[in-house]
Amino acid sequence: MKYMLLIYGNEREWQGLPQSETGQRMAAYRAYSEALTKAGALVAGDRLQHTHTATTVRVEGGKTQVLNGPYAETREQLGGYYIVEAADLDAALSWAARCPGASHGAIEVRPIWTM
Amino acid sequence: MTGQEGDRSARDAAEQAARQSYGKLVAFLAQRLRDVAAAEDALSDAFAAALTDWPRQGVPDRPEAWLLTVARRKAIDTVRRRRSGEQAVDQLRLLAEELAEGGAEAGDAEIPDHRLALIFACAHPAIDERIRAPLILQSVLGFDAATIASAFLVAPTAMAQRLVRAKAKIREAHIPFRVPDRAEMHERLEPVLDAIYAAFSEGWSDPAGTETRRRNLADEAIWLGRLAAELLPDEPEALGLLALMLFAEARRCARRNEAGEYMPLAEQDSGLWDARLIDEAETLLLRASRLGAVGRYQLEAAVQSAHVARRLTGATDWAAIARLYGALLALTGSPVVAINHAVATAEAKGPAAGLALLEAAAADARLKEYQPYWAARAELLARMGEAAGAAEAYELAIGLESDPAVRRFLQQRRAAL
Repeated sequence: MKYMLLIYGNEREWQGLPQSETGQRMAAYRAYSEALTKAGALVAGDRLQHTHTATTVRVEGGKTQVLNGPYAETREQLGGYYIVEAADLDAALSWAARCPGASHGAIEVRPIWTM
Repeated sequence: MTGQEGDRSARDAAEQAARQSYGKLVAFLAQRLRDVAAAEDALSDAFAAALTDWPRQGVPDRPEAWLLTVARRKAIDTVRRRRSGEQAVDQLRLLAEELAEGGAEAGDAEIPDHRLALIFACAHPAIDERIRAPLILQSVLGFDAATIASAFLVAPTAMAQRLVRAKAKIREAHIPFRVPDRAEMHERLEPVLDAIYAAFSEGWSDPAGTETRRRNLADEAIWLGRLAAELLPDEPEALGLLALMLFAEARRCARRNEAGEYMPLAEQDSGLWDARLIDEAETLLLRASRLGAVGRYQLEAAVQSAHVARRLTGATDWAAIARLYGALLALTGSPVVAINHAVATAEAKGPAAGLALLEAAAADARLKEYQPYWAARAELLARMGEAAGAAEAYELAIGLESDPAVRRFLQQRRAAL
């Protein structure tokens, strides 16, 4: 069973952090990715560029609309994701709880649709 | 046997099997299928098959095993039809292997009891809190959505929809069917006990016992509480919850006098209390206290225990009750507990001390719409001789009450000012 862990956090807060702190956070993510890999649970994972780089596309009546900005303006923004292999929701939740993002933002856990 | 008699005995046997083993069969199938809805569907097909088959072939020696075998076959058909891919192949293999074993379980062995695992899945933190108790009532006890809806005062279609959604989440998010291990138990047990208590409270809130559906709900919640206490004998809060429900149940008949008038606990005829249930509750509470981890349900049960001690001593130890509510308040921070704490303190130390606590509790805005807050305030003001303030508070309490018997009681108190 695959789950996506969507990492939500406050981008502004990230930007305002002193370098030592962001360094620490990055190191925590590296260690977390390493732990996922060692456990054979890591399927994929990436950090996303900030929402000011986002562009939203929608096709309406055959016409393509391109809008500057993220799909939704939210207080906390999607900043990255992991896809993990887990036996069940509890196993996925326990990975989510260990993700560094869970301590300074929130992790949404979504099962991947199996075809 | 005539056809008609055979029909009836088959129906009786099917119904008896349904009552006794419904939850067990759903739990067993749900765990295999990782799907509550599919388990319920397969089982309802199996019961339908039993009603056509048993009158002709006779009731099988082991009705449970028969139902399980048929339900498994139905489940295999459904999985084959609805799903494809790796997951379905795994499930089919598992189910087919079990069937091929000639149902080792269909022989002499008992069908393993996974009901507790099912209850933990239904009360998983990933399931909407409001739907946990209804989900348990449906999957473990076989209540239909309409009955559950009427007990929880929700529109039947809305309730049915919420149940379907919750079961879809269990299936799609792979919520596991397992009893949590020791490390997680404390966190995970709480929502299970809360769901059982919610079912009990819905049943208990019909004091006259006129609505049989709700009456059954309290009985069924006690049955679930017994199951939890039996399967988790070392969990003090599981024992505490059962004790609490038994104490309350013991006083069911005493809540109304012969004329159907509301009787507050302190004025109830203790001769009407069920001594057998009280004894059982006391034993449970004692066992729980020896396990050395106090909790909300044990404290609430202890309050009940202190109240019913009046049947032996003739007097209520309000100081002890106030202390217990104080501990409960520190633990839960609940505004409802704060009111009870204030009332018990008033009994122990006088109305002024109680009123001070009540006013401190009133900082919580939710209490403004809570009948017991206004009733308690009215009572304490009346005792202090502040008739005008008491009348005003009684007026609000009367306006907020939905039970006619309690409303009459409050009106009488107001008139007596």
